[in-house]
Amino acid sequence: MLIYVIRRLLVAIPTIALLVVASFLMMHLAPGGPFTSERPLPPEVLANIEAQYGLDQPLWKQLWDYFYNIVVHFDFGPSFVQKDRTVNDIIAQGFPISLTYGSLAFLAATIIGVVLGIAAAIRHNSWVDYFAVSIGIAAQALPNFIMGPILILTFTLWLGVLPGGGWNGGQWEYLVLPVIALSTSYMGSIARITRSSMLEVMNSNFIRTARAKGLPARAIIWRHAMKPTLLPVISYLGPVFVYVLTGSVFVDLYFSTGGLGQSFVSSALTRDYAVLLGVTILYGTLTVLVNLATDLAYAWFDPKIRY
Amino acid sequence: MNRITRLTLSALLSSTVLTAAAVATATAATHPETGEELAQDQTFTYRLLDNISSVDPQIVEDADGSDVVRDLFEGLLNQDADGELVPGVATDWDVSDDKMTYTFHLRDNAKWSNGDPVTAGDFVYAWRRAADPATASPYQWFISLMSLENGDEVVAGDMATDQLGVEAIDDHTLEVRLNTPLPYFPQMVVHSTTFPSPQKVIEEFGAEWTKPENIVGNGAYVLTQMNPGESIVREKNDQYWDAENVILEKSVALIINDENVALTRYQAGELDMTDIPAGQFPRLRDEYGEEAHSFPKLCNYYYTFNLSDSGPEAFKDPKVRQALSLAVDRDIIVNNVMAGGQPPAYTFTPEATAGFTPPEVEMASMTQAERDEKARTLLEEAGYGPDNPLSFEMVYNTSEAHEKVAVVLSQMWKQKLGVQAELANMEWKVFLDERGNQNFDMARGAWCGDYNEASTFLDLLQSESGYNDGKYNNPEYDQLLEDALTADDTTPLYTRAEEILTTEKPVIPIYHYAGVYMIDEDLKNFPVNNIQFNWYSKDLYKTAE
Repeated sequence: MLIYVIRRLLVAIPTIALLVVASFLMMHLAPGGPFTSERPLPPEVLANIEAQYGLDQPLWKQLWDYFYNIVVHFDFGPSFVQKDRTVNDIIAQGFPISLTYGSLAFLAATIIGVVLGIAAAIRHNSWVDYFAVSIGIAAQALPNFIMGPILILTFTLWLGVLPGGGWNGGQWEYLVLPVIALSTSYMGSIARITRSSMLEVMNSNFIRTARAKGLPARAIIWRHAMKPTLLPVISYLGPVFVYVLTGSVFVDLYFSTGGLGQSFVSSALTRDYAVLLGVTILYGTLTVLVNLATDLAYAWFDPKIRY
Repeated sequence: MNRITRLTLSALLSSTVLTAAAVATATAATHPETGEELAQDQTFTYRLLDNISSVDPQIVEDADGSDVVRDLFEGLLNQDADGELVPGVATDWDVSDDKMTYTFHLRDNAKWSNGDPVTAGDFVYAWRRAADPATASPYQWFISLMSLENGDEVVAGDMATDQLGVEAIDDHTLEVRLNTPLPYFPQMVVHSTTFPSPQKVIEEFGAEWTKPENIVGNGAYVLTQMNPGESIVREKNDQYWDAENVILEKSVALIINDENVALTRYQAGELDMTDIPAGQFPRLRDEYGEEAHSFPKLCNYYYTFNLSDSGPEAFKDPKVRQALSLAVDRDIIVNNVMAGGQPPAYTFTPEATAGFTPPEVEMASMTQAERDEKARTLLEEAGYGPDNPLSFEMVYNTSEAHEKVAVVLSQMWKQKLGVQAELANMEWKVFLDERGNQNFDMARGAWCGDYNEASTFLDLLQSESGYNDGKYNNPEYDQLLEDALTADDTTPLYTRAEEILTTEKPVIPIYHYAGVYMIDEDLKNFPVNNIQFNWYSKDLYKTAE
């Protein structure tokens, strides 16, 4: 097991390096640069600024310096656009915010989704089932960019009970709307996956055997049906966790949370190379780690899986 | 209850009543001049589209960032609500007879937020810093634009920064030497690039000096919070020389990317001011009356022809350019598409620009039917018609509003002239790159004046200008602008230059921008008449509801 983990982590390093090289090259292929502006800078001014940021060097040299500074100084360089801040600043400020509401949204989606799904499966074809399924479908049909406006109109403008955006150091009032907006559609999917998985498990032979020998329903569900039910859910949760942390661009923009997703998108548009690369590395690392965690969780849930 | 308790209680009660009364009189403050009752909470909250580039006066390059910098730092001169120059750190100035030397007299009570006095040396340091290649300021070119003596050489790195034509005669006298007389020079020291910066603090903290915990400024406010993607907070600076006349305690910018969300949050009372999305002004005006504002801004919106070798042959003929311009019904665009009180544009330079008298434009006095008729005739004369239809591609940067305008333009040309204009939108940086390399037939353009003078617009079409992406080239035009640099009365020269543009039509002006905002009625003194939109939090205040 330990050897497996170490091997996976070692493979991750070249993977991320490859990701960096690919993003770096693609970024430089895109027309325009960080200092392309409406009034073109006089050539000597532009040359001077490019020299300050090392953009006058050949590409391989820039790439080499970039890796060198990260490995040796853990320095991801200055932002080319937000001139008062370094990439380390931007990540240190934005990532905890994304992590906070992303994790909350993840928890909310998972807990509510799984509970709804199980309830629907146990009371198959009853009003509980219909209720849970309708909620699940409605939630899935409401992506965060639809939820956002609905939530703000309802809770901020109409009821006037929650602020329409901002972060304020993460006070709970400011967390509610982003978390709801981000979690609903995932919650819907989790509920549906859980329900169908549970239904399948409940019809399988070993559950029928358990029933036949007279085990109480509670024991059947908790002791025997739960783990196999959750396996497909787990494989879905891995990517969802990465999505809620990285795919929260819309929530960042819409609710002005100051999270990292916004920096990711705007850095691509403004050609803020250093920020784009820094956030790519962070997201890449996160994806690799979450995938590893998912695989390890599998082993716990399914004794047939061995590493 | 014994007597002592009762006494104590009554004493307590009366003191509470007294304190309450004292608090009430203290808060029911009135405005010293107008006598209006002031709100208890003097916080101004407004919407910002995106993060700002910097709060370092020599580095900042965006208009929103400059708004913040104007609160944190104060330059030699400020602008009042009408855009007229008023004293800042300088109380007044003298100009030499050859108009090449300016001497600014600085007030002796100006202070930095750490209590240090603001001296002429702080300006010298800042201007050298802006010019210094080591600073890598994107506004380094502003030093060249100011025509400071040796400015170009210092900017190019050929001369040491101490050769720059700015000098502290003593702590309160600043001498500026220019290469050439520049009639609008005092207007330029309102720009944030020219604001003083605190040498001691910059040297102590390096790149970290602009962090809220380190920054020291000489403006009416200090930076207390910087939350990228969320908010920027500045609070009143008690060290500011005129602090006693500053009413507004706090200025908060909330970064809200989506203008419709911002409008909802305004309606929910979270903002005092926000932009009105394109097309919504009439509805909001009906609903909110005076809260919806539209005022002219020093910006234009136009399409430029590519007149370089890579451009279409057809555009080399001024008749074609004239025809396309005539067929554009600007009233439809400003009234039905933008609907925010934008003035239709028949000249490149906005009419509201100071010291600018627009020439007689024949087109402006014609009806649209007459214009269309003339357009058809001109296009026929140029040899285009049903048998030989004119077709070209028009590019614009991706945006809902730009797309609407482009669609309307292409339809007008199609219906009236049978011209096939294909639309292509591009992401901003790609657009700038393509336009800058003349990879287009016709492209959208827009410009906001750096200072309130016609040359800030007309210079863009000078043959050598870096912004002249259409590569328009007319020696007479260039000469007029050259002459204007040293002329006593520039108005006729600018009028003539604009006249050349109207006949030759290297660009099609569509409309001039308007500032279209919702402003809460309790917020007073927002300078809607300052066409450059230079506003200072220190001039604002809020009245009680």
